[in-house]
Amino acid sequence: MCQMQRGECSCGHQSRRYILQGLSQNAHKKLRFLPGIVYIDEGGAVGQSVEERQRTVAELQAVFKATGFPFHMVPLEEVLDLPSSVVVMAPSPSEPPASAYKAAVDHFIQSDSSGCLTPQYQEQTLLPEVQESRTQVLQQLIGSAKTLTARQDLLNTLRQHLLVHTARTKGYSKLMLGDNCTRLAVKLLTSLSLGRGAQLAQDTGFSDSRYGDIILVRPMRDYSAKEIAYYNYMFNVTSVFIPSLDTKTTDKASIQRLTESFVTKLQADFPSTVSTIYRTSEKLQTACRSSCTADHPDRCLLCMCALDTAVENASAFQATLTSEQLSQSKSLGATRTEIPRQIRAPVEQCCSSGGGEDCGRAETGGDCCSSAKEPETIDLKSLLCYSCQLTIKDMASVEHLPQYILSEAQKRQRRYQMREEISEFLLDDGDEGD
Amino acid sequence: MAAPIAIHLEFGGGAELLFNGVKEHHVTLPSQSEPWDVKQLLVWIQRNLLKERPELFVQGDSVRPGILVLINDADWELMGELDYQLQDQDNIVFISTLHGG
Repeated sequence: MCQMQRGECSCGHQSRRYILQGLSQNAHKKLRFLPGIVYIDEGGAVGQSVEERQRTVAELQAVFKATGFPFHMVPLEEVLDLPSSVVVMAPSPSEPPASAYKAAVDHFIQSDSSGCLTPQYQEQTLLPEVQESRTQVLQQLIGSAKTLTARQDLLNTLRQHLLVHTARTKGYSKLMLGDNCTRLAVKLLTSLSLGRGAQLAQDTGFSDSRYGDIILVRPMRDYSAKEIAYYNYMFNVTSVFIPSLDTKTTDKASIQRLTESFVTKLQADFPSTVSTIYRTSEKLQTACRSSCTADHPDRCLLCMCALDTAVENASAFQATLTSEQLSQSKSLGATRTEIPRQIRAPVEQCCSSGGGEDCGRAETGGDCCSSAKEPETIDLKSLLCYSCQLTIKDMASVEHLPQYILSEAQKRQRRYQMREEISEFLLDDGDEGD
Repeated sequence: MAAPIAIHLEFGGGAELLFNGVKEHHVTLPSQSEPWDVKQLLVWIQRNLLKERPELFVQGDSVRPGILVLINDADWELMGELDYQLQDQDNIVFISTLHGG
């Protein structure tokens, strides 16, 4: 499934040409697949009017129809309805035996792989009507972050969740993103500035398997923005321009914007800048830690990467925490900063959210949450990696977060509490006999 | 005295946002004693066509880094960049590759 990159929307189209070349039976390639196209309409978050969104969508539909691939137009407002399974890592599909490969390729060639759209399919992929109230909820959510940096980060997270969910429900196993070399170089430096150093390999590498069953790939990462722009111009590839959150903002409006400006300016004088950054990113790998399991507590709730916050005392992260605590204890009214990070869960949410999962407290003889007079508060911070913590800290209130995030947070919190309570009775892997 | 020259300008990749969304412009540059070059063209564009936020298009003497310039379908670096002398019926394209317009 190819994602249309906002900004210069022809990137996805560019990769479509390569897909067509690769799929043609004359090419002696090993890779054969059925692509689809997905477009996430973010007009509601960016502040576009309904007419503008519909106009953009109509333009894009014409472009997509011309490709002949099945396409899906999804408004970002649908992120409010996602199931909490989106932020849970799914097991990766088992590898089929090698002998099945030849049979699969033969079957593929025999079936109609040119991807003709049936009229019935076309009906289903039209953009559904978006209610005004949902757009407002989305705008409230994005608006609750004070800085543009946090807003862009939040938007990226939500968009990625929605993409993964769409890929899962429509039956695709891989998601192709349209990040080009220049964008990835900017993203690398931005990630470092945002505190995402531990997740660099996954954020900028060719393939990203943090979701387990859906692999995110970046096939365009070898091509610079200039090459793609020239290619599109020379070969008359249609492009549609879509404004994003930082369109027409000043250079210092957000960290992402500033980094982009820095890299492009440096590139003008030193043409090897982007490729040097890119080559450096290729050398990054994720070290698999000894406690590398698929357990929920080890993954960040928002970005699904391994948590980087469980480190020993002499680390840079601990130093950051210590200086934060010291500066807070000196300022008056420090308790106000604690409040946004805890949320009050609605009482009726508790036992029904897990779909049959028992509230942990009932088993230990305490009161069931749903009968408690005081609603639960959840400390989101412990469930997030460092940079997602910074994003959440920037939000005025986490109540605006979509329900799937909040309910998954509650579930993990309860699991963690339950584990704490019975930890004495658990056998560690290291215990032998005794 | 150089005669007035007709130039075809195109803006893409988001740069058209700064020109009221109009992508194609047919303009005629007035006659002047010296031949027109790209540097003077940029000044002319800033004065006559650019509707808002000049700093997002022009930086100092040249275009903002990240905006590609094509002169008659060739990269302007091959044609002399700012010193290229414009000729009648030339086609100049400005494509923005930046995220922020």
